[in-house]
Order: sequence, then C-alpha cells, then structure tokens
Amino acid sequence: MKYFLKKLGLLAFTLFVSVSLNFFLPRLMPGDPARALLDKMDNLQPEQLDTIRAAFGLDTDEPTIVQYGHYLRNTLKGDLGTSFSRFPMPVAEVMRVALPWSIGLMGICTVISFTLGSAIGIAAAWKRETRLASMTVGFFSFVRSFPYFWLGLVFIYFFAFKGRLFPIGGAYTVGVDRGTAAWWLSVLRHGTLPALTICVSSLGAWILTMRNNMINVLAEDYITVALAKGLPLQRIKSMYAAKNAILPSVTGFAMSLGFVIGGGLVTEMVFAYPGIGYMLYQAVNAKDYPLMQAIFLFIAVAVLIANFVADIAVMLLDPRVRDGAK
Amino acid sequence: MIKDFFKTLVSNRKSLAGLCILGFFVLVALFAPVIAPYPPKIDRLETITAIGEPSLDEELVAEDYPSDARDVLTYRSTLTKDYTKTIDYFPLRSRPSAAHPLGTNHAGNDLFSQLVWGTRISLGIGLATGLFVTILSLTLALLSGYLGGVVDDVIGFFTNVMLVIPGLPLMIVIAAYITMKGVLPIVLILGLTGWPYPTRLLRSQVLTLKNRDFVRVSKSLGERTSFVVFREILPNMISIAMAEFFATSMAAILGEATLEFIGLGNVTVVSWGTILFWAQANGALLSGAWWWFLPPGICIALVGTSFVLINFAIDEISNPRLRKR
Repeated sequence: MKYFLKKLGLLAFTLFVSVSLNFFLPRLMPGDPARALLDKMDNLQPEQLDTIRAAFGLDTDEPTIVQYGHYLRNTLKGDLGTSFSRFPMPVAEVMRVALPWSIGLMGICTVISFTLGSAIGIAAAWKRETRLASMTVGFFSFVRSFPYFWLGLVFIYFFAFKGRLFPIGGAYTVGVDRGTAAWWLSVLRHGTLPALTICVSSLGAWILTMRNNMINVLAEDYITVALAKGLPLQRIKSMYAAKNAILPSVTGFAMSLGFVIGGGLVTEMVFAYPGIGYMLYQAVNAKDYPLMQAIFLFIAVAVLIANFVADIAVMLLDPRVRDGAK
Repeated sequence: MIKDFFKTLVSNRKSLAGLCILGFFVLVALFAPVIAPYPPKIDRLETITAIGEPSLDEELVAEDYPSDARDVLTYRSTLTKDYTKTIDYFPLRSRPSAAHPLGTNHAGNDLFSQLVWGTRISLGIGLATGLFVTILSLTLALLSGYLGGVVDDVIGFFTNVMLVIPGLPLMIVIAAYITMKGVLPIVLILGLTGWPYPTRLLRSQVLTLKNRDFVRVSKSLGERTSFVVFREILPNMISIAMAEFFATSMAAILGEATLEFIGLGNVTVVSWGTILFWAQANGALLSGAWWWFLPPGICIALVGTSFVLINFAIDEISNPRLRKR
C-alpha cells in the first residue's frame, strides 16, 4: 500500500511538473519568442493575434503567478486554448481528429513488435550458440541504430517510389467514402509502410531485452535443477524460463503503451500520416505554440499514466515488490 | 584502470570491430579538409590563370576561401594585372559523377564533401553530449549515492520526475522556442533531456559499491571522503560509466539528426541531419536521388553500430552470464 501511495504521489507530482513546464517554458526562453513571432507574422487576423498574445500571457498585465493560476484552472477544465495556425479551431478539437490515427497505428505496431520481439528474443536466448541466433541479434542491433525517420525514407523510396506497391504518404485515399470497404482497404494500404517502419525499428529493443533477461534466467539454479530432473526441454523453456524472463518485458510493454500517442512522432512526419506527430510537425513549422504545448502535454500525460500502470502491474505480479514494502 | 579497460576492449572481437568503425569516423572528422575534395558550402570553382609574368609582389592573397583555397599558387598570381578567371559552377542536383562522387544538392554543393565535413559536426555533437551527460550524471550519482540522506532524496526525486517525462516531445518543444545559433544549444538540449536515465543507473552502482568490504575498510581506516570517492569507488565505475557514455552518445547522434531533420536545428550548419533535412525539403526522395539521402543515414547507423558493439563487449565483460559458454 505504501508502494502504491508513493507511486500515486509521484504520478500527481510529475503531472504537475509537466503542466507547469508547459506554462513556464515559453516565459523562460531567451530572446522573447512571442515578440519575435508577432513581428514575423504579418497577415494575421486580429483575433489570431489575440490568441498568440494569450498564449504567451501578453494580453494581461496580471502578474505571472495569477496567470499561472488561470492557466492551471483552464488546463484542469480541459481548455487548452485556440490553435492559431488552424484558427479558430480549439486545440482540443484539432487533437481529437488526429488521435485515432496515432492510436490505431502505434497501438497495432506496439502489440505486434512486443509479441514478435519477445518470441524472437526467447528463441535467440534458447539457441544462443547457433549462428542464426547471433546473426538475428546482430542484425537487429544494427537496425536499431538507424534513425527511425531515415528508415521511413528508405521504405518510401523502395516500396512507394521505385516499387509503387504502397502510397507515398497520407492515411487514406481522398475521395473514397468513409467507412466503406474500399476506404478501409485504403487505410490498410496507407498504414503498411509507417507500421513497417515502426515495427522494424522497435523490434530490436524487445528482442534484446527479452534475450538478456532470458539468458540471465537460464543461468539460475532452478533451471539447472529442472534440466537435471530431465524435464522436457520445451516445458523448461516456456514454463520455467520464459515465464520468469518476460516479467521485465511486460512492464516495458505497459510503459510503451504510453508511447502509443507520442511514439510515432517522426514516422508520422515522414509519411504525412495525420496523427499527433504530424500535427506537432505542422504546429512547429507554423510556430503554433498553443497547439505544440497541448500536444506535448497530451503525450506526457499518456506516458505518465502508462508508467503508473506499469508500476502497479509490477506490484501485482512480483511478490518481491508487493511484500517488500519498499 | 582506464588502461586496463581499453586493453580488455581491444581483446574482445566485438568491441575491436566497434572501435575500428568509430576510429574510422574520428579520422574522417579530423582530416575532413584533406579528404573532402571541396569545402562543404561552395558551389563553384574559380580558376585564375596568369597571362603575363607574375608580379614581384608575391604576397599571399586568399580572400575568398581563406584556408580552403585548393591551389595557393593561383591565388598568388591574382596580384598580377593580367589573369583570366574562370568560374565553373557546380551542376545543381547532379547525379554521382567522377567530379562529384555523391552528386550535388539543390544549391550545387558537393554532397560527398558535405558528408565528410558533416562527420565533424554530427560526431562532435554526439561525443560532446555523451561526455557532458556522463560527467553530469556521474557527479549526481556520486553525490546522491554516497552522501545519501536529503541530497539523495532531492536528486532522486528530480531524476524520477525527469525520467518519466517523454524526452523527444520535450526536446522538440524546447528546440522550437530557441533560435539555433551554432551547435551549443543542441548539445544543451540533448544533454538536459538525457541525464536522468544514466544518473539512476550509476547511482545504484554507487550504492552497491558503497557497501562493499574494501570501501568499508577504507572508511574505517579513516580515509578522507575524497579519497574513498575518487580512488576507491570511481575506478570501479569506469566500465559502467563508459557504457553510459556510448549509449548517450548514440542517443545524442540520433536525437540531433531527428531535430535537424524536422528543421529545428541550425539548418545552415552542415551535418548529417541537415543534409537529410535539405534532401527532404527538396524532394530528393521523389526524384530518386538516393545518393542524397542514403549516405547520411548509413553513416549514422554505422556510428551507432560501433557504439552498440562496444557496449555489447562492456556488457559481456561486466556480466559474465552473457558471455559465450
């Protein structure tokens, strides 16, 4: 219980820090970004100028601490301000449109790469002397050091530009009625390359963690005992070793669910996939600070909550943490 | 101690391969002016041929491209009255050719030269950030691990808070506010978002070392704190600190490339990330200019692989279970 309260306290505080970071970052930056922005933006409507001023706290003469109070209250109410690149759309609305795409893409990819990666990791540790195992591990550690976005570029070049197998970007074919079978098919076709990029680049991490855990577990005494007892190898592999080795990966999985929203940022940018990441890219390019901050906040909250869930999962699954009262 | 460490690294096959790749890129970075056929940002070649006798006043004049003048003699003869000056503009967006092994970009810069010069910036930022983060987190870890108490609580708390706030979005938001001049801001951004994980890892190492017998003995013998920390504990943290150094450097190179690719870096600097940025901005992909966007990514991946290989070896050295039986 003490563990639970401690984690809950940490969650509350980190949420508070993220929200505050959002407020103070633009105010702490050197060189007054707000003025620079106002000077640069000519043909804006007066209302748009107002939203910019509001975003930087230039519209009032209230002291910063009062503004901070207002900001906290508004954020709690879910009022994140107005986007000024998509004026007069509220930021929350912009994100509501983008969210399903991100969650759909990343959610599927996370599940696929976790399952596949863990399975490969277990196999690679079990048969670690074979050449195939060391080659797989080597290959994926090599792939891991590619920049995500570059891998995306390469896939686009070979499969969309040269091969013409998949579309170059976007998430669906424009002009096809939403919800029809043809539309879903186009969603699938558009999603394949981004998904491939994310899966290939994140697979390595799962394989390596799982493999290292598994190797550590395989060196435990109870595995030796099980082998000495002559238990079937398959049973030792799955019930004795993998079951225990997968625990850290499960918490990793829970944590990575938090990245379902923000994990595909750069991939989405490369593929112009209309999720949160692409939204952030556009916000950054248009210097749309309210939208940018809201997206950051949203990603942060998702990650923080997922971390909390992961901690709780560990508590429930691992008796050492549960009873350790640490 | 450090010498021993490197000896072990060289004797391991994986880390030897890693060190070789890394060494290759370090050499490229150091000798960029020699290796690259052109300076990274020129788009033309000016040839000046003297027609008459060179004048007596042979002062060196190299105003246009000071240290980069390819042929100093031609510049010397600019002092004569009679000379011909031929300006050869590089072709724009050309395919690879004998003159430009990796073609040229939209502004007519030689891409091979940019790749070579970019090694300096990309590798430099990576290693500088790695060093910065390692020193920072080592200091924090020693402070909080060894002193314990309130110091530990405070540092530990901030580490935990910063650890869970997602790094890439934070980096993007901070970078979007700053107008990049030079490369220092990017090192700071990468460093300030990169310290929590290594700090936590190093701290737990300090904690285990603190309770080892040799440290206890040293303390009960009345050794000064500085002696215990720097002579007893620190030498035993070298392998884990080096592992963190390489891991952070790799993350920094990837992070730098990502920020620059998005256009949040200083796009006037020539690095692997900005080459990719300009390639994307000029539609290199859809004009089939693979020579423009493939090489920088391969370089990043090679450097990353060298770090991974070295870290594999460090893992194997410090965790005997991972060693091949």
